[in-house]
Amino acid sequence: MTPLAGCLLVSALLFSIGLAGALTRRNAILVLAGIELMLNAGNLNFIAFWRFGPHPEFLTGMMFVIFSIAVAAAEAAVGLALILAIYRHAHTSDVSEITEMKG
Amino acid sequence: MMRPDSVPWIVRHLWLIPVLPMVAAGLSALLKKAQRKMSAGLAIGSMGIAFVLALMAFAQTLAQPVVRVNNFPWMQFGNQWIVLGWLLDPLAAVMLVMVTFVGLLIFIYSLGYMAHDDNRGRFFCFLSLFAGAMLGVVIANSLLLLFMCWEVVGLTSYLLIGFWFHRPAAAAAAKKAYITTRVGDLGLLIGMVWLYSQTGTLLFFNQGTGCLEQGAIAAMGAHLAMGGRAVSTAIGLLIFCGAVGKSGQVPLHVWLPDAMEGPTPVSALIHAATMVAAGVYLVARVYPLMTASALEVVAWVGAITAIFAACIAVAQNDIKRILAYSTVSQLGYMMLGLGVGGVAVGMFHLITHAFFKALLFLGAGSVIHGCTEEQDIRNMGGLRRFMPVTFAAYTAGMLALCGFPLFAGFWSKDAILHAAHGWGVSRGPFYLGAAGALLTTFYMTRQMYYVFFGPQRVTDATVSAAAVAKHAIPAEAIEPVVSPRQGEVCIITDPHESPGVMTGPLVILAVFAVLLGFVGWPAWPWFQSFLAGKTAMFDWSGFSEPGLLPVMMTSTLIVFAGLLLGWWFYGRKPIVRATDPDALERLQPGIFHALANRLYVDEFYGVTVIALTRFLAGFASWLDRWVFGGLVRLVAWLAIGVGWLDLGVDKFVVNGGFDEGCREVARGGRLLSHLQNGRVQNYLRVLAAALVVLTVFLLWGHRG
Amino acid sequence: MGMTVSFLILAIMTLAGGVAAMTLRRLVHCALALAVAFAGLAALYLNLGAEFAGLAQLLVYVGAIAILIVFAILLTPTRAAGEEAGLQKAFSPAGLGGALLALAVFAVLAWAVVTSSVARQPGAEAAPSASMQEIGLALMQRYVLPLEVIALMLTAAMIGAVILAMKEKRTGAGSGQSPELRA
Repeated sequence: MTPLAGCLLVSALLFSIGLAGALTRRNAILVLAGIELMLNAGNLNFIAFWRFGPHPEFLTGMMFVIFSIAVAAAEAAVGLALILAIYRHAHTSDVSEITEMKG
Repeated sequence: MMRPDSVPWIVRHLWLIPVLPMVAAGLSALLKKAQRKMSAGLAIGSMGIAFVLALMAFAQTLAQPVVRVNNFPWMQFGNQWIVLGWLLDPLAAVMLVMVTFVGLLIFIYSLGYMAHDDNRGRFFCFLSLFAGAMLGVVIANSLLLLFMCWEVVGLTSYLLIGFWFHRPAAAAAAKKAYITTRVGDLGLLIGMVWLYSQTGTLLFFNQGTGCLEQGAIAAMGAHLAMGGRAVSTAIGLLIFCGAVGKSGQVPLHVWLPDAMEGPTPVSALIHAATMVAAGVYLVARVYPLMTASALEVVAWVGAITAIFAACIAVAQNDIKRILAYSTVSQLGYMMLGLGVGGVAVGMFHLITHAFFKALLFLGAGSVIHGCTEEQDIRNMGGLRRFMPVTFAAYTAGMLALCGFPLFAGFWSKDAILHAAHGWGVSRGPFYLGAAGALLTTFYMTRQMYYVFFGPQRVTDATVSAAAVAKHAIPAEAIEPVVSPRQGEVCIITDPHESPGVMTGPLVILAVFAVLLGFVGWPAWPWFQSFLAGKTAMFDWSGFSEPGLLPVMMTSTLIVFAGLLLGWWFYGRKPIVRATDPDALERLQPGIFHALANRLYVDEFYGVTVIALTRFLAGFASWLDRWVFGGLVRLVAWLAIGVGWLDLGVDKFVVNGGFDEGCREVARGGRLLSHLQNGRVQNYLRVLAAALVVLTVFLLWGHRG
Repeated sequence: MGMTVSFLILAIMTLAGGVAAMTLRRLVHCALALAVAFAGLAALYLNLGAEFAGLAQLLVYVGAIAILIVFAILLTPTRAAGEEAGLQKAFSPAGLGGALLALAVFAVLAWAVVTSSVARQPGAEAAPSASMQEIGLALMQRYVLPLEVIALMLTAAMIGAVILAMKEKRTGAGSGQSPELRA
C-alpha cells in the first residue's frame, strides 16, 4: 500500500461519505455540506497526485486545489443564499418537499 | 367519258332535287306550332322546285339518253375509300318526274285534307323528308347511298303511318310496317355486302368499273357459289328480298293493309305511288345483276302476290283496305313484268299505276272527308249524287286500274300479260295474271257499287221519307240499325263534295290516268325505247307483234267479264241495309270469311314468327337479367365487399395500429415522466448510479 | 510502510468528522463536525507538503464556509415538531437506497484504486518544494488567466448571493404586485 493509494482510498471514502449524506439527508443545507465534502475529497485527490505523481514542480495539483477552494467558496455562498431564498418562499428547507419542478 | 366541263349543269346539280325537300323538312322541324302554314309552304315550294329541276333533267335525258354519273369520295377506312355518287339516265329521269309530279299534287291535296289537323306542321315536315329520301333513292349511283335513303324512306313511312300515334291501331301499324320491311332490308344488306366483297365496288356506274357494268358482271357470273348457281343469282335474290319487303310482295305484304291507318295522302303518296314502287325501281336498277334464275323467282313471286292479294281484296269492307290490297296485287304485276319482260315492261306499269292508284286513294280520301271520316263501304251508298267530281275522277281511276281498253292501265297491264304469255319458262304466271285481272275488275266494281251507286245506306240517322219513296224501300226494311262497326253509331248526315284544293289534283290525275298509256302503246312505244336509249317511231305495225292482239282481246274480254260479274252480284239489287250480308257471302260464306280475314296470314305469323321472337326475347331478357345481370351484381357485391374490407382494415389496422402506437408512446412518456418528480435527491441518486455503472464499465474494459 | 502514523490519525479524524457531519440529527452538530472534517483535511494537506493549500483550506473552508453553513442553519429553522424528530424525518425516504449507492460508488472507486498500476508506484519520497514564491510566480505567469476568471467569478458570486438573499419588500395589499427589493 503506497502512500498514494492510501490517500486515494481516504479520498474515495470521504467522497462516498459526502455522497451518502447528499443523497440521504433531508435538509438542503446538509445536502450542500455533503457536496462540500465531495469537493474536498476531490481536492485531496489532487494534492495526493501532486505530491506522489511525476512532475510536482509544475504545481498543477496545487493550483487546481487553490482554484477549487475558491470556486467552492463561491458556490457555497450562492447555494446558501439560494436556500435562504427558497426558505423564505416555501418556509421549509426540506428538500423532499420542494417538488414543483417535476415533469 | 365526258370531260368535266362538258357535264351539263343539271347533272352536276342533280343533288338539289332530293336535298331541297330535305332542307324544307329540316326547316319545318324548327318551326313552332303557330307557323304551321309555313311548313306547308316550304314543302310545296321545295317540291315545286324539285319538279322543275326534274323536268330539266328529263329534258337533258331526252336530248342525250345516256348514263351520266357524278361520283365523289365520301369516307375512308383503312386505305379504301367509300365513293358515293348520283346518276342520271332515262330510268332515273322518268322516276324523278313521276315522283315529283305526283308528290306535288298530293302535297297540294294534303293542304285541304289536313286543314283541320293541329299537327299538320309535323305532317308536312315528314312528307318533305320522305320526298327527299325517295328522290335520293332514285338518283343514287351507289348501292350504299341507295340503302341509306332507303332506310330514311322506311323511317318516314313509320313516322307517317303512325302520325296519329295516340291511336293504338296506328302505332301498332307503324311498328308492323317498319319491322316487316326491316326483314326485307336485312336481305338487301347481306346482298349489298356480298356484292361489295365480290366486285369491290358499290357504285352502279363508274367508267367501266361499276358493279352494273360489264366487267363486274362477267367476273361474277364465272363464280360458282354453293348449289352450283352463280353468285350473281344469289346476290340478285338477296337484293330482291329488300324489294319484297318494301313493295309488299308475299310473304312480307302484311304491313301494307295495316298501313292504311295513316292519313289518306300518306297512303296515296307512299303506299301507292312511290315508296312501294321503290322496290320495283331497285330491281329495275340492278337488273343487269339479275340472272335468268333470279328473274324466274321474281316473276313467280310477283304472280303469286298478284292473285293472292286480289282474292283477299274481294272480301274487304274498308275503302282503303280494298285499295291497299289492290296495290299489293298491282305490285305483284310489276314484279311479274320485270321478271318476264324486262325493265321497260315493269316500269311502264309502275308509272301508270302511280298515277291511277294515287288518283284512287285521293278519291277515297275525298269520299272519307265528305262522309265525315267514315271508311266502311257498307255505311256508304249513293254518293255519286253528292260528290260528282270525285265520282267522275274515281271512275276514271277505276277503269284505268281494271285495264279498260284505251285507259292507261290497259296498255301497261297488257304489256305485262303479253310478256307473260310469251315467257319461255312457264305459262303459269300468265294464267295467274289473267285471273288476277278478272278479280281486280270484280272487286273494283263491287267497291263502286257499294260506295257510289244505289241508295244511301239505311242507318239510324239517314232514314228519311224522301229516301224511302225514291228507292221504294219496303216498309219492313226500315228499322233502326247500328253500324256494323261495333259500338259506334255512324252518322253520315251531310255527304258533300270536297273543296277545290282537293278535287283539283283529282282531276289532273284523272287526265293522266286516261292519257298516260299512250306514251307506251304498241303504236308508239316511246317509253320502252326511251328507257333503252333509242328513239321510237309512230308505227301501227307495232300492233302486229306476234301474240299481242290475242292477248289484248283476252284481257278486254276479262275486263268486261269482270264488270258483268260485278254488276250481277252488286248492281242488280240495291244494297239497302248496312248489316246486309255481302252477296258473295251469301253464296260462299266459308270462303268469304276466310278472305275477309285476310287468309289468316297475320295469325299464322303471330303463331310462328312472332311467337318465336317473343320466346327469344323473353329468353334474352332472362339471360340479361339473371345471368349477365347476376354477374354484374356479383361484381358489384365483390366491389362493395372489398370496400368494406378496406374500411375495416383502415379503421382497425391502420388507424387502430397508429392510434395504439401513439397511445403506447404517450403511456411510455407518462411512465418516464415519473422519473422527474422534482426531488433533487432522486436526480442525484440517478447520477450516482450512472457513475457507478459507467466506472464499472470503463474499468472492466481496462482490466485486461 | 508508506503511510505514516500521522497520516492515519489525521485520516481517521477527517473521516470521523465527515461521518458525524452526515449522520448527526441536530444541524448545528453537523455543521461543527463538518468544520472538524475540514480541519482534518487541512492537516492532511500540510502532512502531504501542500502548505499553502492546507492554510487556504483552513482560512476558507473552516473560516468561511463552515461559518456560513452555521449562519444558514440558524437563519432557516425548521418548523417541524422540533428537531428531535425521529430518525426517519432526518433522512429522506429511500435514503437507504442512497446509502447503498454511495457504498457502491466507494466500492468501485476502491477497486479502481487497488487494481490500478498507479497505486503500486512507490512515488517520490521527498516532498516537493512549493514555496510561496513559486506559487506566486505560477499564479502570475502560467495561471494568470484562471486567476482573473476566478476573480470575476467571485465577484459575480458575491453579487448574486447578495441579491438572492435580499429580503423582498411587498408594497400594497396582496401578492399580485411584484415585490420591491429592499436592501
